[in-house]
Amino acid sequence: MDTLIQAVNLVRRYGHRSAVDGLDIELARGDILGFLGPNGAGKSTTMRMLTGNLAPHGGTVKINGVDLLERPLEAKRSLGYLPETPPLYREMTVDEFLIFAARLNAVPKDHQRDAVLLAKERCGLTDVGHRLIGNLSKGYQQRVGIAQAIVHNPTVVVLDEPTVGLDPNQIREIRQLIRELGEMHAVILSTHILPEVQSLCNRVQIIDKGRTVYSARVADEESAAEILLVAFDREPSLDDLVSLEGIREADRLDNGRFQLRPYPDTAISALAGRLVAAGWGLRELTPQRRTLEQIFVELTTRESVA
Amino acid sequence: MIGVIASREWKSLFLSPLAWSVLGVIQLILAWIFLAQIDTFLQVQSRLAGMEGAPGLTDLIATPLFGAAVTFLMLLTPLLTMRLISDELRNGTFSLLLTAPVSMTQIVLGKYLGFMGFIAVSLGLTLLMPLSLLIGGSLDFGKLAAALLGLFLATASFAAVGLFISSLTAQPAIAAIGTYGVLLFFWIINLAAETGEQSGRLFNWLSLQSHYEFMMRGLIRTSDLIYYLLLIAAFLLLTIRRLDNRRRED
Repeated sequence: MDTLIQAVNLVRRYGHRSAVDGLDIELARGDILGFLGPNGAGKSTTMRMLTGNLAPHGGTVKINGVDLLERPLEAKRSLGYLPETPPLYREMTVDEFLIFAARLNAVPKDHQRDAVLLAKERCGLTDVGHRLIGNLSKGYQQRVGIAQAIVHNPTVVVLDEPTVGLDPNQIREIRQLIRELGEMHAVILSTHILPEVQSLCNRVQIIDKGRTVYSARVADEESAAEILLVAFDREPSLDDLVSLEGIREADRLDNGRFQLRPYPDTAISALAGRLVAAGWGLRELTPQRRTLEQIFVELTTRESVA
Repeated sequence: MIGVIASREWKSLFLSPLAWSVLGVIQLILAWIFLAQIDTFLQVQSRLAGMEGAPGLTDLIATPLFGAAVTFLMLLTPLLTMRLISDELRNGTFSLLLTAPVSMTQIVLGKYLGFMGFIAVSLGLTLLMPLSLLIGGSLDFGKLAAALLGLFLATASFAAVGLFISSLTAQPAIAAIGTYGVLLFFWIINLAAETGEQSGRLFNWLSLQSHYEFMMRGLIRTSDLIYYLLLIAAFLLLTIRRLDNRRRED
């Protein structure tokens, strides 16, 4: 698979404070990456660096194999970007604005009309082409912002909170659009809506204080059972449980069950065999999946709790 | 790409009420001066008829008109340039240009040329006034062209200063005040030249005032052309540098 975005060791400082501190991002064609993190974690800063809006203080960015810092004009041809506030000229009509965006992004002259028509259709803007952007509702403005980012059919699409301000129907449409984009392109989207990531993205990356704290394929994250709930006929002591091979932590829950935390590389089937062999009368074993929300909360609040 | 940015800038100026009101006010004030000059000309016409090498229509009407236009444009240009970049920085639309495959030089030149296109329209309208004299008289086209060139170059340098200052701040009002400050300073810098020393000559050369006057009289000097072109190029370069640095610094 060809790598469309490759950012290595990105660093960005504001004064003495590091906003982004050694971040790596890699995306292949067909990937939709959910980019998560608490407010102020450096998401927008990272996205601005990936799109050439901000120069990194360290690290490299390659878009479609072209170095963004050394050959910016060539790299930017493959880029579409929707910033936090959609970059819209309020005094222009939707059609004028999208034609401008197409020309600015070097869409060949005889393709411009088709490109604008397609972008309008994909973003549900066909009926508002003649209206002034300043008079549109926030939801429509957001869609114009997305249309602007995809009008030149870029291979890499970076969307900073694309579904903010949209109503539930529009959110569904935009998610469908992002899914379609993901088939042919590489998409990064940042969001605070965690179910959005689960329904839309095939990869998730959580950052906190400018560093990656979690990165996984959404499918992996679902199959990884990191907590086991078990119940026995004859209850062993916690020490007995922890002394068993493969168990890192054990807790007794109020309802008579135990919560076990195996080491990451432990096979669940082998562990189950050992639990049975211990002779405590294993009667229940439930792998618990951590939801993305639990992972997010755990990883991004760790330090403030400690 | 420069053309794409320039034409958007040009159109968007015509979509703003500010630009139209500025155009209207310029025309109104200059038309008043124009009529006043015609009045004066008609009063002295009989006496001029008897003189050898008397000043003509161009000297008595077009030159004072353009001289007044320079002053008005100096006062009005900052109001028009203040939004050129600061508005885009504030509304976030600048990121549209930064993400597109265009260089900073193309962005700055595009914006500047778009704005100069607007200025060209307003100068064209002003030019129509002296040209209307052709109905009943004749003009010295050489002198008229020189005066027009002087007016255009002076305004172009005001615009370059305004563009640069607009890139320094996200507040249009501050951009306007800053531009007034710089332009008025360059305007009066030759006050220090009264002393007649070496430094005085430098200040005199730096002054915006001392360079268009010859062109108004029909004399195009290379040094005046170089002065304006240097001033324009310097402020455009500063703008490019400033916006490039902005990506790194904040």
